Amino acid sequence: MNLDLDISAGSPSPIFRQIVEQVRTAVMTGKLAEGDQLPSVRGLAERLLVNPNTVARAYGELTRDGLIDGQPGRGVFISKPRQMYTKAERQRRIGPLVDALVHEGLWLGFSADELIESLSQKLDKAANHDTSRRKST
Amino acid sequence: MSNLVIETSGLTRYFGRKCAVDQVTMSVPRGAVFALLGRNGSGKSTIVRMLLGLLEPTRGSASVLGEDCQRLSPATRGRIAYVAEGHPLIDWMRVGQLEDFQKSFYPDWDGHLFAKVVEHFDLNIQARAGHLSRGQRAGLSLALALAARPELLIMDDPALGLDPVARRTLLETMILMTRDAGHTIFFTSHVLDDVERVADHVAIIDRSILRVSCPVETFHARVKAVVLEFAGPPPQMPKLPGLLESRRTANQVRLIIANFGPDAERIIASLGAMSVNEAALSLEDAVIAYLGRRGEQTSLLSDIKEIGVAK
Repeated sequence: MNLDLDISAGSPSPIFRQIVEQVRTAVMTGKLAEGDQLPSVRGLAERLLVNPNTVARAYGELTRDGLIDGQPGRGVFISKPRQMYTKAERQRRIGPLVDALVHEGLWLGFSADELIESLSQKLDKAANHDTSRRKST
Repeated sequence: MSNLVIETSGLTRYFGRKCAVDQVTMSVPRGAVFALLGRNGSGKSTIVRMLLGLLEPTRGSASVLGEDCQRLSPATRGRIAYVAEGHPLIDWMRVGQLEDFQKSFYPDWDGHLFAKVVEHFDLNIQARAGHLSRGQRAGLSLALALAARPELLIMDDPALGLDPVARRTLLETMILMTRDAGHTIFFTSHVLDDVERVADHVAIIDRSILRVSCPVETFHARVKAVVLEFAGPPPQMPKLPGLLESRRTANQVRLIIANFGPDAERIIASLGAMSVNEAALSLEDAVIAYLGRRGEQTSLLSDIKEIGVAK
């Protein structure tokens, strides 16, 4: 398991949310794939030095989102990817990130074409990664 | 067995004419890591001492583990460990003697755990308590509390004066204690980063009055910063429900609001701001907003333009 979480206290983002987001990112970037095992709630709490309830809450949210799956007696695993949000909900979630990309990109002096170009490169890479991962499983 | 380990009702304490604790009603659920926050002199230690039966309430009541704090039986007291502020120890005793002394009060004494914690703080079993560094004293008083395997651990500002390494070990010992299902920690602290890591419930006492008592995540979710941007100087802010703090700059007002809801939202929308942005706050900023002065704020830094001018 190559999960390297790094949480920090004192951030506006609560610790449980930092865990949720980092696991999500690890799945999106392919660091974690279907069937990979995550540490137990207690194991992760002791490694990160946070209250176990905080980890349990993060795992709860990841389970509801369909990213992980707790198997009683065996552990917590990354589940098979599936889409569980409505289109509206997905748009609500992606909106602020697109805003941030556009603002930051324009502020840094990129043209619209350059931004689209770098976005499509990333998307190609992610698509390739996704197909190779599916082949291997 | 009740699910509440600590319950207070209208708990009040006067020292002479000064009210130190004013009608505090709160409850601590079993298994919680409960942090009581507040400024120095706000009444935290007075609450702790009343919970342990060391101080009589002027009015109201408090119970721990289902027993009135004023009449704790030795058996119940044996299920509670207490780490007092400043880690006081009997200075002429050696580490080993202190263990024997403490052990006599606690039937479930865990000598192995004591040895481990003591080792972690580099303590020599032969050393006299009076010769220990501050960090070592903290380590020893933690070891004495943890090895009792208490159902309820009460700590008054255990992080006070600890260096970062000792503080980290304190954090580890608190996480360690959560391994015992159903064991509860009630502590006071000023180190909010550590509180955020280890606590799942938070209470805030401000000038003797309890202002907040809820799960940490609820607190985090309810206190929000709202930044209003105006074309010119911002208008006078109307009365807003839940307003904790407002700071203005040339064309912005930054509000910190508790329980930000439809009422406040409607009032803010009527102010004609160019943009209204909601932002999350760190636990520290949210707590400071509660403990600071109410209403319109200036910081010390903006109050003082130049140092050393007015002589």
